[in-house]
Amino acid sequence: MQADLLLENAVTRIEGPLLFARREARVGLNSAVEVLAGAGAPRLGRVAALDETSMVIEVLESTSGLALRGTRIRLHPEPLLFGVGPHLLGRVFDSVGRPLDGGPPVAARSRRRIEGLAINPAWRALPRDFIETGIATIDVMNSLVRGQKLPLFSAGGLPHDRLAAEIAQRARLRGTQGEESFAVVFAGIGVPHDTAEQFRLAMESSGALGHTAMFLNLADEPGMQRLLAPRYALTAAEYLAFEEGRHVLVILTDMTNYCEALREVSASHGEIPGRKGYPGYMYSDLASLYERAGCIRGRPGTLTQLPILTMPGDDIGHPIPDLTGYITEGQIVLDRELDRRGIYPPVRVLPSLSRLMDAGIGEGFTDPDHPALAHQLFAAYARALRVRVLASVMGEQGLPESDRKFLAFGERFERQFVHQANARTLEESLEAGWNVLQGLPHGELTRLSNAQIGRHLGAEAHA
Amino acid sequence: MSEARITWVGGPVLKACATGPFSIFEALAVGERRLLGEVIQLRGDELVAQVYEDTTGLEPGVTVVGLERPLSVTLGPNLLGGIFDGLLRPLSRATDYQIQPGAAERSVARHRLEFAVRNGDVLSAGAVFARTVAPRPQSLLVPPWASGRVEALVEPGEHRDDETLLVLVDDAGHRHELTMQHDWPVRRSRPVRERLGVNAPMITGQRILDTLFPVARGGRAALPGGFGTGKTVLQEALAKWCDADVIVYVGCGERGNEMAEVLDEFPQLEDPRSGRPLAERTVIIANTSNMPVAAREASIYTAITVAEYFRDQGLNVALMADSTSRWAEALREVSGRLGELPGEAGYPAYLSSRLAEFYERAARVTSLAGAEGSVTIIGAISPPSGDFSEPVTLHTKRYVRCFWALDRQRAQARFYPAIHPLQSYGSDVQELADWWKRSGNPDWLVQRQRVLELLEAQAHLERMARIVGRDALPAQQQVRLLCADLVNEGFLRQSSFSKVDRFCSPARQVAMLSVLLHFADRADAAVAAGVPPARLAALPMLRQLQRLGEEFSEDDLLRLRQLPRQIDYEFDQLQTVASHAG
Ligand SMILES: Nc1ncnc2c1ncn2[C@@H]1O[C@H](COP(=O)(O)OP(=O)(O)O)[C@@H](O)[C@H]1O
Ligand SMILES: [Mg+2]
Repeated sequence: MQADLLLENAVTRIEGPLLFARREARVGLNSAVEVLAGAGAPRLGRVAALDETSMVIEVLESTSGLALRGTRIRLHPEPLLFGVGPHLLGRVFDSVGRPLDGGPPVAARSRRRIEGLAINPAWRALPRDFIETGIATIDVMNSLVRGQKLPLFSAGGLPHDRLAAEIAQRARLRGTQGEESFAVVFAGIGVPHDTAEQFRLAMESSGALGHTAMFLNLADEPGMQRLLAPRYALTAAEYLAFEEGRHVLVILTDMTNYCEALREVSASHGEIPGRKGYPGYMYSDLASLYERAGCIRGRPGTLTQLPILTMPGDDIGHPIPDLTGYITEGQIVLDRELDRRGIYPPVRVLPSLSRLMDAGIGEGFTDPDHPALAHQLFAAYARALRVRVLASVMGEQGLPESDRKFLAFGERFERQFVHQANARTLEESLEAGWNVLQGLPHGELTRLSNAQIGRHLGAEAHA
Repeated sequence: MSEARITWVGGPVLKACATGPFSIFEALAVGERRLLGEVIQLRGDELVAQVYEDTTGLEPGVTVVGLERPLSVTLGPNLLGGIFDGLLRPLSRATDYQIQPGAAERSVARHRLEFAVRNGDVLSAGAVFARTVAPRPQSLLVPPWASGRVEALVEPGEHRDDETLLVLVDDAGHRHELTMQHDWPVRRSRPVRERLGVNAPMITGQRILDTLFPVARGGRAALPGGFGTGKTVLQEALAKWCDADVIVYVGCGERGNEMAEVLDEFPQLEDPRSGRPLAERTVIIANTSNMPVAAREASIYTAITVAEYFRDQGLNVALMADSTSRWAEALREVSGRLGELPGEAGYPAYLSSRLAEFYERAARVTSLAGAEGSVTIIGAISPPSGDFSEPVTLHTKRYVRCFWALDRQRAQARFYPAIHPLQSYGSDVQELADWWKRSGNPDWLVQRQRVLELLEAQAHLERMARIVGRDALPAQQQVRLLCADLVNEGFLRQSSFSKVDRFCSPARQVAMLSVLLHFADRADAAVAAGVPPARLAALPMLRQLQRLGEEFSEDDLLRLRQLPRQIDYEFDQLQTVASHAG
């Protein structure tokens, strides 16, 4: 292996985040680089392109203050690595894994590529273990399983941080409270200081801070580092999950800031912009983060991701939520209107989805009638919303009797099922689901069998 | 072999200075790890290549070796039941859970075989010269470029897959040594004797497809839909239950867990036709979204080449490509790195012709050796924000015969499959009507037309109802709405997760449709005779009809065929009561 090399006075040009330098030593593509100037901390970068005489270095931090003279480059023989070890938990790091909490550096047991390597699909084990989050709209209708990547599609001003913290505090398998080794990894990407602090306090108050590692790129820190924070965080999470065998929940917030940074960097490279100016490779880039979730055959740990993004203009068709939804295993969509009406958590169930739900619920997993109940709730609520539109046009009185019943169901569903003041067990959530279905004509409950109706709804009450 | 030295490298693209001749699309081995690459431009001594693997660590001066053949895959008896990367390298043999770049050691498999020929026989190109025995019989083919008289033949029995099994000597005196496998360049379609026309549907077991928008054997279908509308579940359902002999499933830029799911489920499911595990008729090709982008572009060609290889054995093959949009995006990304002029939405100008070339490789054919086989392509499309007016959907539409449009609203109400009956089409309906006639349903065309008309009327009447209220519509129209709801709920809805309903045989489809149309006939007549629509809507049997798929399994066909009589009974009752009251 080559040793590190220091180049002096090799820089010939600086353009935005790119540094052009003479290639005065052997170095390979994607090698890690430290850029040293004056007394400041070294800035990280990587070799982005090479020819026989020169190289292009992408500086992953701000280039402000760098000069052609006096800037030195330290070349590493390998790509960016993060030294991880058993004492990551309970610590707070910056976006490139340097301690922020005044504590000592983490003693590295292994050094892992921050980009990770693609998980061989033939080595994946199917995520199947149902996680009880305490939230009815998730547990009953969009169940989360270990190893899933399930983002929150939110918008500015909605309570996604509170929801994520609640899930992080509670997310356990049913019946195994506290017995297994779990961990939470929090990556704050361009978030305000108080968001990070609130999350820390929430974890502290539930006694889980000792199981939490935080990677912070705060709003006032350089944009380039937004691209690094989730990679360092996921590298730590992979180590905790697949080497130490823990069940790791990774919260990535706010992925919208990440994508903005990606757009900025792409523009500074002079790349041809794609939809809304985001680079054409944003899908692959996001996938290189999200696909790091999962379960591996023969390894006890799991890596579950809960990315949070704020939809620009509340638009789910915007490239950020759109590409995310194409990669992740569903999405939980938060809604401004429900929030305004005081419904918490304001989950809009119809556009929400959990793709791994079918593998983790029903006979042998949760309750045999769980899948049918979920489908019936979806179908009935979809109808209720259609009727609500009709009612707004021609008034409730103009509606047929059965439609009026669905209208009332819609209201019950939002107030008594979606809205919840406290965490519910899965049994309580299922019960709440059956309860709100009471009052609908049984003839129209086409997703339930007669037996299921008999078991849970009893005889139909006739007006 | 020619060599070149890297002069520039960035991302998956490199430039190199050649010391010998190279050709366009020639495959390359790059550096010590022998990363696979392909020449894409030649200018004087300089070549431009794309590399199919992670290029980390490459630097100027590194050697690039030309392999003197285009990017090729090895076709043979090791494919069925396996999972491979986009370049057909086995993924299941890896010892690490993370994919390490570089050429893996080739491992040798052994197969027991029986010869179909004797010394002295004259074999044409593409002929079957032997068959493997277990676990599933497969034909071994003379490669398309070879033919001649059999001169030497090993003993039957177990052999290595790289061993010479027989020698052919052709008219020009050339010797061809045949093993169980041969290589074929992925970007070139395998030759056939003749392309044939439509003769039969590929039965998918999905009612909305087989009855309304059938795809022919050797046909091509596109399946566009926004995220979460059901592309993958439908592709998997087809891969499980359609009546093809071999399935090639290519996960192109999609999720790793979906590949794991296929790997997990297929060995446990039984092929209803052969009684063998479904995995044995399946080849999985996986370039998941986090695997290198350049190999994503190749994976589609790899898959269609594998499909053609099984077609040439006289088999009906179905190719599921999920998703062709990721392939188009890979094309766009590589094109961008080459500095080509971008066209619509940044895609290269040749997007359309590449799509055409790909779909053109679907066909029903007579193979070189005279066997009849087919490749049917089902391509998923992932349009940005679910908007079908984007280039990949628009261009694909020009080349496919079936368009199965997935609808977000249906998906959100968990109405599956969420195929929108008014935005979808199948273009081979007339030709396929003959098949239904031969299979005992001469009325298929008429029934299908009635269903479509009913659904069309529903869209129109619902618009009216939104203005005047459903109760204010004339009685006849209220009944049409009722029947349209019934067709949707009782016939088009079919959950892939229901053990009873995930597959629906043509016989059950016919029986179900007859029941529902019989109901519609009686309902029309009843209303014409003065029965108020509300009475029809309150019929107790309606609930059963709405759950028809769930309540009558493949084993309940007899009971299902009795239903029209029960319908008659309930209507007779109703009309007696009505006439008494009136
Ligand atoms: N035919 C179907 N039957 C039952 N459920 C379905 C069906 N199609 C889709 N779904 C549900 O919708 C979810 C998303 O479907 P999927 O095929 O993954 O969407 P896409 O590939 O279009 O993004 C699945 O996880 C499943 O729960
Ligand atoms: Mg999909």
